[in-house]
Parts: sequence; structure tokens; C-alpha cells
Amino acid sequence: MTTPDLRVSIGSLFLKNPVLTASGTFGYGKEFAPYVNLHYLGGVVVKGISLAPRRGNPPPRIVETASGMLNAIGLENVGLDRFISEKMPYLREIGTRVIVNILGDSLEEYQTLGRRLSEVEGISALEVNISCPNVKKGGVAFGTDPAMAEAVTRAVCAHSTLPVIVKLSPNVSDIAQIARGAEAGGAQAVSLINTLLGMAIDVRSRRPRLANIVGGLSGPAIKPIALRMVWQVAQAVKIPVIGIGGITTTEDALEFLLAGATAIEVGTANFVNPRASQEIVEGLGRYLTDNRLSGISEVIGGLILP
Amino acid sequence: MPEIFRLTLRAPEIAANARPGQFVMVQTSPGYDPLLRRPLSIHQTIGHDQVQLLYKVVGKGTRLLATMTAGQQLNLTGPLGHGFELAASKAICLVGGGMGIAPLYFLAREILRNTCPPKCVVLLGARTAAELGPLPGNFMDLGVTTHLATDDGSLGHHGFVAELLLQHLDPELKWTVCACGPHPMMKAVAGQCRKQGWECQVSLEATMACGIGACLGCAVPQAELSGPYLHVCKDGPVFKAEEVAWL
Repeated sequence: MTTPDLRVSIGSLFLKNPVLTASGTFGYGKEFAPYVNLHYLGGVVVKGISLAPRRGNPPPRIVETASGMLNAIGLENVGLDRFISEKMPYLREIGTRVIVNILGDSLEEYQTLGRRLSEVEGISALEVNISCPNVKKGGVAFGTDPAMAEAVTRAVCAHSTLPVIVKLSPNVSDIAQIARGAEAGGAQAVSLINTLLGMAIDVRSRRPRLANIVGGLSGPAIKPIALRMVWQVAQAVKIPVIGIGGITTTEDALEFLLAGATAIEVGTANFVNPRASQEIVEGLGRYLTDNRLSGISEVIGGLILP
Repeated sequence: MPEIFRLTLRAPEIAANARPGQFVMVQTSPGYDPLLRRPLSIHQTIGHDQVQLLYKVVGKGTRLLATMTAGQQLNLTGPLGHGFELAASKAICLVGGGMGIAPLYFLAREILRNTCPPKCVVLLGARTAAELGPLPGNFMDLGVTTHLATDDGSLGHHGFVAELLLQHLDPELKWTVCACGPHPMMKAVAGQCRKQGWECQVSLEATMACGIGACLGCAVPQAELSGPYLHVCKDGPVFKAEEVAWL
């Protein structure tokens, strides 16, 4: 019996399987090494990096909700220089693709990040975060207007030699339009969805449960919305789509692949079950074998409409 | 009546590696409700292969834990975090409030086993005597001097456990104080230790999603307020009191 072929291509980025980890849920990879054979994964998308280190938001930063959680971490990260000097030496050795999520307050910051990271050995692609709901300026501002999405994509692509993936916000009226903006700007792929803006209130104290008042909802609760958006975007653009949003099991991953995603990212599930990403890789292999499919490409976009 | 339970698990790898002050992340439901694991500190290890947790039912997750029966399996990750430093101090005081007492029993046993300081005093507090349950007796059985305080005066000193420090600790000695409990209690203990020039370690609690330093949800401000946040799961849960901003 042959090993099932899980390989996929995201533009010029070749992955041994379609399972990535979502930025902000997998640290800088090392945190999960006790639980996951990192080289089994299609790739690791690391915590979003900004030019300067960010402290993030004051606590409380997370609150559990029905089948999900709200977070307002506020993009806490070590900054570009420390990422390159402290995190990359380890990431270079993990035996899979390293995709760096980047975020900025201005086009210039995105450009600088793209240029500097292109010079770093061991990085396979950039994921441009234009969709974080938890910071006051930048981020989501670029993600809610198709022209802005196109401009930031173009800016990063012009200054970087790496494949560029643009991560989209669901907090828009028409996500397909934003995806087309990213495509027009030169993105090799789009990934979606980032978290949905949400809120929770403590009725005893009458205060918001998050210090930031609002935060991003993630986890199984958002999966149907994410799946619908991935399906819509997959039809709207020609570039590959990476599906994200509440993926916890192999079956969840398969739903996104059927809806048209070429790859998926496992997010909040990593917190609940640190082995989730590896288990999904194994589960997809079993699914192909059990269904006598020769490769995962037979699943991608395989949705049968009524 | 508070519902407080001890949960004993056969978990040889965790038992072999656990240090006092460390915690485990416990999956309370196989489904999505609740979604996140619950961080619970290790109450003690038993023999070479058992781990015991002490918890109070406070919500859906702990309620589900309380329905578990002998022989069932539970999914947990650990031991996690950075525990208490067992100083070679000649005088050690453990201060626990409410469920914060849980890790101190493990610590007391390790202190007695390893360093056996000439002075070891335990101060325990809770809202009521019922909330302390068998814990005072457990510590006394170890042979350590134990003083109690309850908010309602139903057992021991009528007041806060932090008030026992000045009543029972000889100011001439150089104490190492290890505290775990509600934030106001630890703030008071840390303040007194600073005044007396005593070393103080505190075990903090925070809402966390992952327990392994990935979600960054469990941020607490450090004493140097402009500095980066501390993360309870990885930098702690045990910190030197002077590292923490007591806001």
C-alpha cells in the first residue's frame, strides 16, 4: 500500500500536507515541541511579528464563551529583531515550512517587515495580517477596504521575495471583495478567517469581561461562518485559499478542503488539545486510505452542490 | 456548603516530574462545553505514580469534574509552569487562602522531606471553617505548626490570614514566605514581607487558555510597569513577590 499523498501547493509554496498552525495559537513553534512532531506538519505560522516589540493589552485578555473563546491579546510579540535572533535559529531546524505572520501600523512598516524577513534564511512565506481586531490603529484598517487590502499586499510583494499570503478579517460586509483586492495586489494566497469581533459582560459587576472591552471570537463556535466565507472566497478568486476558523478535528479540516480550501490552519484547538494539528495530519491520511483516494487534491473543492 | 473535592489520578509521568507549585491543565469535557482546559495546581503526589488535585466547584468545568467516578479516564497536560524555589532558609512560612492552600500541602511535604528547616509555620485562611475542611488537620499531621483564620470567625483567628504573619512569625528570624491565595491576601502578605525584609514567593492565578506559553492570555503586570507583561503559565505561576505589580 502506498502512503497517501497529502502534498499541496500554495502558489509557489510547496507543503508536504495541508495542515498549518494558525498565528497566535502556536507561539513560536517551540512551545508545542513536547506534544507535536513539528516536522509532521505542513507548516508552522508563527505569532504575528511587528517591527518593534509590542506589550499587548492589559488583562483580562481572554474569556471562555459557548464552544469558543474571546481574546484581546493585542498582538503582544517580541518584535522583528528578537524574532530573527532568538526564534529563527530554532524554527530553521524544525523540518517544516515556517510562515511568518506580519503586522504593521503603516504601509512602510509592512514593507520593512517584508524586506527584512526576505533576507532571513529559513522562512518560506509571509502571512500578512490585515485583520487583527484588537489594536487601535493599523491591522484591521487595511483589512476592511478592498483598495487598502490591495495597497498593503502590493507594498509587501514589492519589497519581499517571499510568497505572500494575506489573512482576511471576517468583520466586513463582503469578504470576497477584500480577497479580490489582495489577489489584485499580488497575493499568492489568502487565508481566512481571523477572529470575529465579539464581547462578553459580567452581569454582577456590569463590566466587560475583557479589559479591551471587545475581542476576537474563535473556536468551534465560529466554524460554520468561517466555512461559508471560505466557500464564497474560493469561488471569487483564482489564487489558493487557506481555511481557518474553529478547525478542531479531521472532519472539520475536510469540510474546509471540500469547500475549496487548499490548506487549513488549526487555531484555538491547539490550546484545547496541543496535539490537534498532528492528529489532523494523521486523520487526513487515514481518510484518503479509507476512501481509496490517491491524494488530497481529490478532496479539495470537491463539494457537491444540490 | 462549599463543594470541595480531592481528585486522585494515576499519572506516572506527571507524578515523577511534578514540583510543588506546578499545575496541570485538565480537560473537563470531551466535547466543546466547556471548551478550554482548567488549570489546577498539584495538591500532592502519592507514591511514584499518583497525582492529587484539590478543587472547589465554581463553574461548569469543575462541576463536571465532580461527577467523575473511580476508574474513569481524564485527559490532562503537565506538570506545567515554574514552581516554588525550595530555599535553604532556616525559617519557612507557608500562607494559604481558600483553594490557594492546594499547592502548599505538596510544598510542605517536600520542605519537610528535603530541607527540614528548624522553623516551619503554616498559616491557613478561608471564608469559613467548612471551606478549610480537613486541610488544617492534614498539615498538623505533617507535624508543622499550623495557625488558622476565617473571615467569619468560625475557626481560628476571626479575620484575614495575612494578619497572622505578625502574630506568629518571630521578627528576629529571616523568614522565607510562600503564599498562594486570593490576590488581596497575597498583596497583604507581600507588603508585610517587604516591610520586614523577608523573602516572599507568590503563586498567582490567571485565566489561561493553553497553559504552555502560547496564547499569552494569562498576562499580569510586572513591578516595572512599563516592562513586558509576565505570563502566569510560563514565567510562573510562582513569582518572587517583588517581580509583580501589586495593583
